[in-house]
Amino acid sequence: MNQMTSLLSPRSATSKKQAASVEFRNVTKRYGTVTAVDDVSFIIDAGQLVTLLGPSGCGKTTTLRMIAGLEMASSGQILIGGKDVTNLSAADRDVSMVFQSYALFPHMSVLENVAYGPSVQGASKKDAQAMAMEKLALVGLTGLEKRVPSELSGGQQQRVAVARALVLEPQVLLFDEPLSNLDAKLRRRVREDIRELQQSLNLTVAYVTHDQEEALAVSDRIIVMSNARIAQTGTPRELYEEPADLFVADFIGDANILNGTVVGLTGPQARVQVDRLHIDLPHRGAGQGPVKLAVRPDAILIDESGPQPGEIAGQVRKVSYLGTQIEYEVESPIGELFVVQYGRKEPIAAGTPVSISFALQRGVAIIPGA
Amino acid sequence: MSRATLGWIILGWIGYALLPWYGLDAAPTFSDYLGGGSGLVRGLTGAWWLLPILVPLLMSLWPSVRSSRSSDGDWLIASGALGLALIILQGFTIGLNGWTFDGLKALFGEPGPRQGGMGYGAALTAAAFLIVLCHGFAARGWCRGDAFVTSSIGVVIALILVFVFFPVSTILASAFADNNGNFAPGEFVVKFMDRSIWGLDCLTSDLRCGVAWNTLFLGLLVGVGTTALGLAFALIATRTAFRYKKLLRVMSVLPIITPPFVIGLALILMFGRSGALSSVLWEWLGIPRSRWIYGLPGVFIAQLLAFTPIAFLVLIGVVQGISPSLEEASQTLRAKSWTTFLTITLPLMRPGLANAFLLGFVESLADFGNPLVLGGNYEVLSTKIFFAVVGAQQDQGRAAVLSIILLAFTLGAFWLQHAWLGKKVYTTVTGKGDAGIPLPLPRRVAIASYLTAIPWALFTLAIYAIIMVGGFVRSMGRDYTPTLDHLLTAFRIENTERGLYFSGSAWDSFFATVKVAALSAPLTAAIGLLTAYLLTRQRFSGQRAFEFGTLLSFAIPGTVVGVSYILAFNVPPIEITGTGFILVMCFVFRNMPVGVRSGIATLSQIDKSLDEASLTLGARSATTMRRVVLPLLRPAVVASLVYSFVRAMTAVSAVIFLVTAEYNMATTYIVGRVEAGEFGLAIAYSTVLIIVMLLAIVVIQLAVGERRLGRRSAAANANPVAVQAVP
Repeated sequence: MNQMTSLLSPRSATSKKQAASVEFRNVTKRYGTVTAVDDVSFIIDAGQLVTLLGPSGCGKTTTLRMIAGLEMASSGQILIGGKDVTNLSAADRDVSMVFQSYALFPHMSVLENVAYGPSVQGASKKDAQAMAMEKLALVGLTGLEKRVPSELSGGQQQRVAVARALVLEPQVLLFDEPLSNLDAKLRRRVREDIRELQQSLNLTVAYVTHDQEEALAVSDRIIVMSNARIAQTGTPRELYEEPADLFVADFIGDANILNGTVVGLTGPQARVQVDRLHIDLPHRGAGQGPVKLAVRPDAILIDESGPQPGEIAGQVRKVSYLGTQIEYEVESPIGELFVVQYGRKEPIAAGTPVSISFALQRGVAIIPGA
Repeated sequence: MSRATLGWIILGWIGYALLPWYGLDAAPTFSDYLGGGSGLVRGLTGAWWLLPILVPLLMSLWPSVRSSRSSDGDWLIASGALGLALIILQGFTIGLNGWTFDGLKALFGEPGPRQGGMGYGAALTAAAFLIVLCHGFAARGWCRGDAFVTSSIGVVIALILVFVFFPVSTILASAFADNNGNFAPGEFVVKFMDRSIWGLDCLTSDLRCGVAWNTLFLGLLVGVGTTALGLAFALIATRTAFRYKKLLRVMSVLPIITPPFVIGLALILMFGRSGALSSVLWEWLGIPRSRWIYGLPGVFIAQLLAFTPIAFLVLIGVVQGISPSLEEASQTLRAKSWTTFLTITLPLMRPGLANAFLLGFVESLADFGNPLVLGGNYEVLSTKIFFAVVGAQQDQGRAAVLSIILLAFTLGAFWLQHAWLGKKVYTTVTGKGDAGIPLPLPRRVAIASYLTAIPWALFTLAIYAIIMVGGFVRSMGRDYTPTLDHLLTAFRIENTERGLYFSGSAWDSFFATVKVAALSAPLTAAIGLLTAYLLTRQRFSGQRAFEFGTLLSFAIPGTVVGVSYILAFNVPPIEITGTGFILVMCFVFRNMPVGVRSGIATLSQIDKSLDEASLTLGARSATTMRRVVLPLLRPAVVASLVYSFVRAMTAVSAVIFLVTAEYNMATTYIVGRVEAGEFGLAIAYSTVLIIVMLLAIVVIQLAVGERRLGRRSAAANANPVAVQAVP
């Protein structure tokens, strides 16, 4: 008990602790014969917000829970702030978590929920409540502290969960799909709030989501996971513009996967032929011969003024008008294409023959090794 | 090394060096407490076999002296395992009369060293070794490195091994031994094939059938009867506009707080030779008094009365669980209501019906009180076991063989239920709301239900009226003068110069019962809920076996438990027969499965991330348990406290083997009164017990309190006590 209070008091005096890095070294998690996380290594730098992104069942939540200490690694090493925590239990790690369901204790008031952390660490009731009030003010919930969680709206409950996770000023803060229970409008605002909080408090945050748009919006870096392994790590822009493989190309944003042939290499550039079109792209390790291209829907240009020489002829099959954008399905010799046009007023009617070309400055990339 | 580990190591030393090693009840002298009778002193003064225990005790100190931490876990595991092994080894090889194994006798000569049963010192040291072992596993990273969890698992496993598996294996062993304790499989075969067990003479002649067939036949009858009656009640309660539904609910709870043989007793008072109804029939209609109630009819009626409510509680859940839209779908396909009932409703209830039947069957097999009171010449296994132990034969081997047969029947029934029903549960309640309205019962079904249920309900009411009246009139059937004599004989309090004197004949057993019930209820709830927590919230290897072990004692009939306890705990190393402790432990392990079940049911409704949130906020498992899980578990706490208290007050089958003059229980006292023909006293005492139990239920409810969940989710907690009732 004494030990605990002496640990707490200097912390509240200096008021801010250093954020810590998180490192996984060849971590594997098995449940019986099932491998949930397979030989995963990565580093989350201190003060960064890193998203674990992937479809359900890819191992991202298990990875997050291993950072928290709620699951123990079957093999490998986990370091937080350079210290080996592989065998430490959740209670012994300086990590807090915001749960998907918020996990607010239903038998406690908002204030008791937020004060729970310091109070089980041995802080006096007064200190614990003072710390709790401070964090409740931070998330803008002053005045609601006497309520029971079930009397709050979804968004308010979420903020209580964040305040409760922040109250111990952890080295690392974890979010498990924090927006999945909020409606679409609220999501945008809350994710901006989280990002702002992370930057102003300089927190290390690991954030799990399956929503690629959410991940692109908030992250410093994104770790894309697929089938228990890391598919690619990088900044949002790197992932979108230079996908490492077919899975990432398809998962981050929409992509048309097209077949092409590398016909010539000059320095870092490759000349790729797709049907009648020739394009110059970074070769990204591809040699002469057939390659696959990821082409973003907005990088395909269609023109109804009829077939042009050197362009591909196609025909619009379906049109959806969505206000800010118009989406097309276009039939062409290189396959069915999904095309998005922004800022255009008049949709092209279905059945119209069009000529197809690519925007070259961005949105087209060779997928290495595919 | 944590302070908790160090604390347990110190406790281990205290147990070894200070507390008396032997004897539980023999009043220890002052010098015993100061180390005179401790394991260390005994070891130095002749009992050399206690000295090796010093080695693991010293080993456990090693990690706390060194500064290095990496191999702490291994040292703790090694010392804990070695310590436990040594204590168990010396306990089982050296008995009251020297060596316990023939090999050792041959090797070292007879009789060899002797020792008595283990005492507080031995128990404390063994417990300390166990905890140190578990802390060692936690240090190796088991169970997320959580010492509380590993220790809990260790303690529960150890308790189940000692109080469930050890007695059961003893009974198996003694079935294969002759009366001198030698291995004799031939004798087992002879006893097993006995004509009195498997004979089929009643089919061909006037002679009696074997006791095993009797038991099975009665079980089948009761299973069918309770299922039919339970279904009628359940249909009325859920599908009709019957006006007295509330009353049905109350009646379904009554038998749970009624000692099992009281119903038999009431039947005697009604239909016996001098029973109320028999007298009326004789005086008015000239029908001669007879003893027809003693035997199969009496036991059958009594068990129907006692176990129908259980079938009702099972089936009401099943009937409610049938999605009304399925029936509506059938009707929109032009099926008449009778066709719908026959082709949709009934088949959907099939698993529930089978479940109710098996429960009734098992209950009937395990019932001891009613066959004892009403059986007459119709013998069943449970009473036969009792008379094999306490009767003129004094044949423990025979009791063990009979117990094995009974155990095989009940385990077989549970196995059937598991194997067959496990795959066939038609869950028609889904997460989606069901807007359908249940189909009203077809006319003929409704009429049939009313015709079975209402007379039966009236009959039950009459029985309870007799229980209420019987204790307060001079003599049922002969003299209906109201009197408090019976009550006073049992519960007289005299005001003497030296203060109040409880001179009533029932006070001793009453106080003993309340004491044992009050001790065992919280223990049962604690162990049961802890086990439920481990089963639902933790993952560890061998979890299925662990679950089976905790639920095994549920399937063992009380008489078998009683016999196995006296066989196992009458000799060292664990010598606790005749103490109150054995009664408490008996109740704890017989009633624990209910705590486990209700705990699992409640815990699985509580989001697991609540515990995890608490853990990530720095609370350890023990704190999480206390501050988050327990407050949310209140309904289960109430359920298991109430159930175990009530069972401890009403059980008769297991305790009848374990009671002594000092620890006589209310139920066994009442059975004694019944056998002596003092029905009035017995009934009066039973009434008092029922009232005490009702009071206790209210007190427990108030003491534990409601669970606070805020306004949205308060009403949805069905009380899971009643469904679990098995003797």
